[in-house]
Amino acid sequence: MTDLPASTDRKLGLVIDLDTCVGCHACVISCKGWNTENYGAPLSDADAYGGDPSGTFLNRVHSYEITPEEGPAQLVHFPKSCLHCEDAPCVTVCPTGASYKRSEDGIVLVNEDACIGCGLCAWACPYGARELDALEGVMKKCTLCVDRIYNNTLPEIDRVPSCVRTCPAGARHFGDLGDPDSDVSQLVAARGGMDLMPEQGTKPVNKYLPPRPKQDRAEDLDSLAPYLAPVAEDQSGFLGWLDKALDRLPGARSDEEMS
Amino acid sequence: MHPAPSVIIFTTFSGLGFGLLLFLGLGLPPVTGWVAFFLYAIAYACAVGGLLASTFHLGHPERALKAFTQWRTSWLSREAWLSVAALLVMGIYAFAAVFLDTRLTPVGILGAALSLATVSSTSMIYAQLKTVPRWHHWLTPAHMLGLSLAGGALLAGQMTVAAALLAVAAAVQVAHWQVGDSALARSGTNLASATGLGAPGRVRAFEPPHTGTNYLLREFVHVVGRRHSRKLRLIALTFGYGLPVVLLVIPAAPHLLGALAILSHLAGILASRWLFFAEAEHVVGLYYGKRAA
Amino acid sequence: MAYSQPAVELSPKVSDEIRKTTCYMCACRCGIDVHMKDGKVAYIEGNRDHPVNKGVLCAKGSAGIMQVNAPSRLKKPLLRTGPRGSGEFREISWDEAYSTAVGWLNELHETAPHKLAFFTGRDQSQSFTSFWAQNFGTPNYAAHGGFCSVNMAAAGIYTMGGAFWEFGQPDWDRSKLLMIFGVAEDHDSNPIKMGIGKMKARGAKIIGVNPIRSGYNAVADEWVGITPGTDGLFILSLVHCLLKAGKIDLSYLTRFTNAPVLVNGDPHSPEHGLLLRDADGKMLVLDRRTGKPAAFDAPGVQPDLAGTWRKAGITHRPSFQLLAERYMSDDYAPEAVAETCGLTAERIRHIAAELARVAFEEEIEIDQPWTDFRGVKHDKMIGRPVSFHAMRGISAHSNGFQTCRALHVLQILLGSVEVPGGFRFKPPYPKPIEAHPTPHGHDRPGRPLDGPHLGFPRGPEDLLIDENGIPDRIDKAFTWENPLSAHGLMHMVISNAHAGDPYPIDTLFMYMANMSWNSSMNTRGVIKMLTDRHEDGRYVIPRIIYSDAYSSEMVAYADLILPDTTYLERHDCISLLDRPICEADAAADAIRWPVVEPDRDVKGFQSVLIELANRMSLPGFVHEDGTPKWTDYADYITSHERRPGIGPLMGFRGEDGDQTGRGAPNPDQLDRYIENGGFAVEHIPDEALYYKPWNSAYQDWAVSLGLFDTPQPFLFSLYVEPMRRFQLAAEGHGDRQPPEHLRERIKTVMDPLPIWYPPFEDGHIDPVEYPIHALTQRPMAMYHSWGTQNAWLRQLHGHNPLYLPTRLWQQHGFAEGDWARVSSAHGAITVPVAHMAALNENTVWTWNAIGKRKGAWALSDDAPEATKGFLLNHLIHELLPPKGDGLRWANSDPITGQAAWFDLRVKIEKVPAPDESQPVFPPIKSPVGRGPKDLAWKVGK
Ligand SMILES: Nc1nc2c(c(=O)[nH]1)N[C@H]1C(S)=C(S)[C@@H](COP(=O)(O)OP(=O)(O)OC[C@H]3O[C@@H](n4cnc5c(=O)[nH]c(N)nc54)[C@H](O)[C@@H]3O)O[C@H]1N2
Ligand SMILES: Nc1nc2c(c(=O)[nH]1)N[C@H]1C(S)=C(S)[C@@H](COP(=O)(O)OP(=O)(O)OC[C@H]3O[C@@H](n4cnc5c(=O)[nH]c(N)nc54)[C@H](O)[C@@H]3O)O[C@H]1N2
Ligand code: SF4
Ligand code: SF4
Ligand code: SF4
Ligand code: SF4
Ligand code: SF4
Ligand SMILES: [Mo]
Repeated sequence: MTDLPASTDRKLGLVIDLDTCVGCHACVISCKGWNTENYGAPLSDADAYGGDPSGTFLNRVHSYEITPEEGPAQLVHFPKSCLHCEDAPCVTVCPTGASYKRSEDGIVLVNEDACIGCGLCAWACPYGARELDALEGVMKKCTLCVDRIYNNTLPEIDRVPSCVRTCPAGARHFGDLGDPDSDVSQLVAARGGMDLMPEQGTKPVNKYLPPRPKQDRAEDLDSLAPYLAPVAEDQSGFLGWLDKALDRLPGARSDEEMS
Repeated sequence: MHPAPSVIIFTTFSGLGFGLLLFLGLGLPPVTGWVAFFLYAIAYACAVGGLLASTFHLGHPERALKAFTQWRTSWLSREAWLSVAALLVMGIYAFAAVFLDTRLTPVGILGAALSLATVSSTSMIYAQLKTVPRWHHWLTPAHMLGLSLAGGALLAGQMTVAAALLAVAAAVQVAHWQVGDSALARSGTNLASATGLGAPGRVRAFEPPHTGTNYLLREFVHVVGRRHSRKLRLIALTFGYGLPVVLLVIPAAPHLLGALAILSHLAGILASRWLFFAEAEHVVGLYYGKRAA
Repeated sequence: MAYSQPAVELSPKVSDEIRKTTCYMCACRCGIDVHMKDGKVAYIEGNRDHPVNKGVLCAKGSAGIMQVNAPSRLKKPLLRTGPRGSGEFREISWDEAYSTAVGWLNELHETAPHKLAFFTGRDQSQSFTSFWAQNFGTPNYAAHGGFCSVNMAAAGIYTMGGAFWEFGQPDWDRSKLLMIFGVAEDHDSNPIKMGIGKMKARGAKIIGVNPIRSGYNAVADEWVGITPGTDGLFILSLVHCLLKAGKIDLSYLTRFTNAPVLVNGDPHSPEHGLLLRDADGKMLVLDRRTGKPAAFDAPGVQPDLAGTWRKAGITHRPSFQLLAERYMSDDYAPEAVAETCGLTAERIRHIAAELARVAFEEEIEIDQPWTDFRGVKHDKMIGRPVSFHAMRGISAHSNGFQTCRALHVLQILLGSVEVPGGFRFKPPYPKPIEAHPTPHGHDRPGRPLDGPHLGFPRGPEDLLIDENGIPDRIDKAFTWENPLSAHGLMHMVISNAHAGDPYPIDTLFMYMANMSWNSSMNTRGVIKMLTDRHEDGRYVIPRIIYSDAYSSEMVAYADLILPDTTYLERHDCISLLDRPICEADAAADAIRWPVVEPDRDVKGFQSVLIELANRMSLPGFVHEDGTPKWTDYADYITSHERRPGIGPLMGFRGEDGDQTGRGAPNPDQLDRYIENGGFAVEHIPDEALYYKPWNSAYQDWAVSLGLFDTPQPFLFSLYVEPMRRFQLAAEGHGDRQPPEHLRERIKTVMDPLPIWYPPFEDGHIDPVEYPIHALTQRPMAMYHSWGTQNAWLRQLHGHNPLYLPTRLWQQHGFAEGDWARVSSAHGAITVPVAHMAALNENTVWTWNAIGKRKGAWALSDDAPEATKGFLLNHLIHELLPPKGDGLRWANSDPITGQAAWFDLRVKIEKVPAPDESQPVFPPIKSPVGRGPKDLAWKVGK
């Protein structure tokens, strides 16, 4: 049903730490692996070994360069998958009801059996989070690993999205963003988590933690000078300092017991 | 957006077809019998043909009936209902006109209203999309309705009305382009808002997520050169609007010129529709560095 | 209307069975859970219990399934039918393959073993392959370390008994400041990412030193976009600042390093500059209590750094004074070095101050008593929470060895090695130089080599040269040209074999190294050498045997192909004798086992080696009566003993499988590993966790595990005495003398204290004509050339632009989609360019090993890897351009012989886009056909 639920019991989603993501694409491939084997149709690859390979992925890592007014340019690796928006325009445009938002946890899914592959939901998503599978003709998107996170055939600790479990840097966090006390909500509060394209009014559930301010500008430099106050100007002065410093070492009074 | 032939044909021809049905429903011209048959055949060919074309880009056309279920939220679903309703109601009207030589006026008016609603809902499929700022404007329905009406009038042989409507549609077309050209910039969506990275400095897309292409790039990222676009706009204006108006106001040999006007209009509108898609900037292109930041 | 939604199957069965083994999409060796459905691999994820990756997995690891089903897999042994390089082969049986190989090899074994050169690439069974080569009797064996990172490995071992790389790691849980030099990815791939994640979670600071700000450097809080090849100077300037400010750990230096050891100060002595020793050979320090020399480990000694010892009119000083004198010189002042390094003096000072602050103001203490090797008890472990990591960015330059040394000296001066918050070794490291073998290279037909091939020379006497100075080895390792080439010089094998210098060989036997493409310098030249013929039509390199698992570029250049399995189809052993999977807290090793059976006629290469050895009755492989000791590699892994009770695997030894480290072979050992998740772990006791080289508890633990037979405590070598021995020879002492043309170079570069000199290429070409530095980086999601055959990974990196900094981008007026011609003194390529602002302004770079040869890897000829991808290797030569002195100098580090990949200098011009990147090579005929068009499958459906 493409009505959006009036509210959802929980708001499950991801928090992605842009200060920590090293851009390794692990989340991309583990997502591809899990979702090829699991929910719905496999994620196909066309011209897989040819001149123009192009497959379906539910999660992709971009990279952006920031050039500040002052100081060197920066690079930010930027993973992006479905943000499981509260006001998901992809859901309301869907003519078939294939796209829907789950009322219990807010996960936005495509019921592939009902999908006619019209592509309209992908048109409506500002984030590029939906891809029409070229071979299967149905819309694919991040499922928030709905078939993992509740999967009682998996050990409890593994009931997290595949991309979260695999991220080597620990840059991806999963939890209930509707609960202000959850770890993810706390993280968002502490680190100034942000929405992508807030002006689109989609109210994304997933949040992004911005990169911490860099410390490579010229004016960051002088504060530490006292730590380098010289102890001597030349070699003989240095040896003098050394002599005194050695006297001050705890071991110099041989107060350590011998065994 | 990718200017897919299926959507260009769909929007162009269904617009024309329902435009013609609208006029026929209103009894303009008040035809019956063979003439009616001929006109309805054109109208249904355009409307149904257009709708069928739209199914070509479906991944699963065999499930198309499911598209009727979500009328409460989805403009596409509403369009499905309205188009079927319009075609059915006008079918009754047409049947009576062709075979019974009778014009069931209330049915015709209802059919005309449904045809108008169909075109409106088609236009709303595009106008509702915040993700395509160029479309997300009341001028989009105005543009599509205007063209549908003008084209319908033209096909219906309502020369004066057609000329007037074409003039209005041309104005709307120009306004749509004009307003559309700055729509993305005005939308407030840019690479900085897309990434949230604007605070430290100027943001630029560095490496895309992969070296090849993908569905999103194929579907949403189409860049039309400025010169190319200007040329096509001129063609659209000239053939879609200008020439038909001129041909309509020339008093001699109305049928021949009318036919010419229709062909010219069609050519121009196909160009306009190509531009409608090709020039539409989907905000997802920002993520790929394919839009000015 | 009530909200209704479809029911979703929330608990689908994930798999029928999980088989736990070890990843091999790179050398990091993470543990994997292979989910099986219907007996097939369905999904791969990280093993949460595994010591290396603790559940995480990188992109390559998750894509392993695509490696196992890649269409490029070789299917059967192949015998070349067309000319070399054509790709024309005939499929043969294994029996024919074995008899062909034995036919070629057996005679060499019995008459001239050195005519076999056996070199292995990206492999992890070196303890086994070297055992095989040793028993064959050839001196010509090494793995790929010589072109990879021997500078890093050797500098670490000579200085502190171990290197970064995968042999040690920052104390990720405690470090407060990490400086990371020249790392894009490294072997310790997932642990580094996990560690950076941990530091980030704690808000600790990371400083990235790298001309390119991507990956780890992108998340670094501070970026030092240094000029390539100048890190040594930058580091020594940091040392300068710290010395001047007295911000060094004197307690640590006096107890744990050779800083206080007296250096012979007699300029006329043949031992000038060597360390003074007592009659027992113990190094002498000045005892502050007496002012007299005493053995460094004598009870109660308080080593002095400030005093001197005068004897017989000669003043001997502690090595520390030589060090302080050198680096306190104004030559190393930030102002003096800043411009060369492309930095400002303020930034250098600022970083030195930050190191000082964190090391000495944020000192950490752990309430953990421990006892040092002198018997002194300490009630706490003191930590200096600054840590360092570095890799090929400093290693792959011709000044790399000394730069790595400089970095270790900096770490040691700060007292931050093997302390909480600092840098920590992973067992079996640290291991003093004395615990390593020296190199051996005498072949005796029919008998094993006189000892292990590779080792660590202590002085000229350990060089592998004959009376006339002729090298014993084909790669000229352990000669005056590169005395400490501890990993051999794989990149010189083909060119030396082609030149017949120092001697011609008969058979080149390679394993897992794409030498005709991305792992060679001068790719076109190497292709020519491999295909060059004598006038009579015989190939100059007569026979080439090669083992690969896939249809790589190298396959086409071999005569006999021994097709390997993929990593999920064979036994492997990641051994403590080799490059194990240990962590700083634990010793650990692992296996691979056939979680699926091969569906092709292929065999695990190690088992093939055993079969070849058995057929040749190689010593070591057969009993007295000639019957084989082992039937295959699995058999070898469980029953081979290196020393009594010590075998390839440490876990589940002894008859009952309850012994770790030492114990009799256990026939069920592999099953026990499989039950245990494919690995074994032995944790280091708490009192042994830090100060490993000096900690008696650690030393005892290491002995109990069989890492050593006796405790091996040792001092770190700020001053590396073996290097001084080479210098002494160059100064005319001793009877092994360097050739004249190398005498000055040996004097300069074999300095026992780190020095910096400009990268050699700078001195051989005109830096005005070639002003730009050109580098490669490993993409995190690709492993050298292997990634390309992987349908998922190749979509991420299907071609590679050359990235240009803003200055060059604007100067040449480049725009998106443009191409450039890039030339070095050696060659030219024409390639697509892209703009990157976060880049040193004199540096260009590209991703490594993306460019592919048409016809390789079962790809179509129009694959972007072949049409838009490219290799920088075409611009790099194994020799430097002639300098006019009549000599050709190797493009290698003069100490270790490490290939100087990153010394490359180029110039750039904008050119019209060609049809495809240049140079273009003719396609190879694919011996495996082409891959399928589309992929969409679900295992088990
Ligand atoms: N420009 C430039 N060139 C470089 C470098 C650089 O930084 N810049 N780095 C250098 C370094 S450090 C290295 S280590 C080399 C690496 O270069 P190589 O060692 O050549 O690495 P690969 O090309 O990945 O692979 C070697 C071969 O192993 C094969 N292989 C893969 N799996 C198996 C298996 O299970 N069994 C067998 N038998 N074969 C298998 C692959 O098919 C491939 O042909 O490249 C070097 N080249
Ligand atoms: N994903 C993946 N992982 C791998 C491999 C792979 O192919 N793919 N290969 C494995 C192998 S064989 C190896 S040897 C390791 C190598 O691991 P790394 O050493 O991380 O490998 P490189 O990609 O060569 O990275 C060298 C880095 O040094 C920088 N650099 C170059 N010159 C200088 C310099 O003068 N100063 C400084 N400070 N930096 C400099 C480069 O910009 C680059 O970031 O990785 C291993 N791990
Ligand atoms: S796995 Fe983690 S670090 Fe790697 S790209 Fe994804 S989010 Fe970033
Ligand atoms: S990110 Fe896109 S696909 Fe996901 S819920 Fe929001 S609008 Fe829909
Ligand atoms: S593609 Fe499928 S899910 Fe998307 S709008 Fe169309 S029917 Fe709905
Ligand atoms: S939550 Fe699952 S489906 Fe979504 S991006 Fe992560 S792995 Fe892919
Ligand atoms: S780092 Fe990746 S490829 Fe390497 S062993 Fe670990 S999971 Fe496998
Ligand atoms: Mo390497």
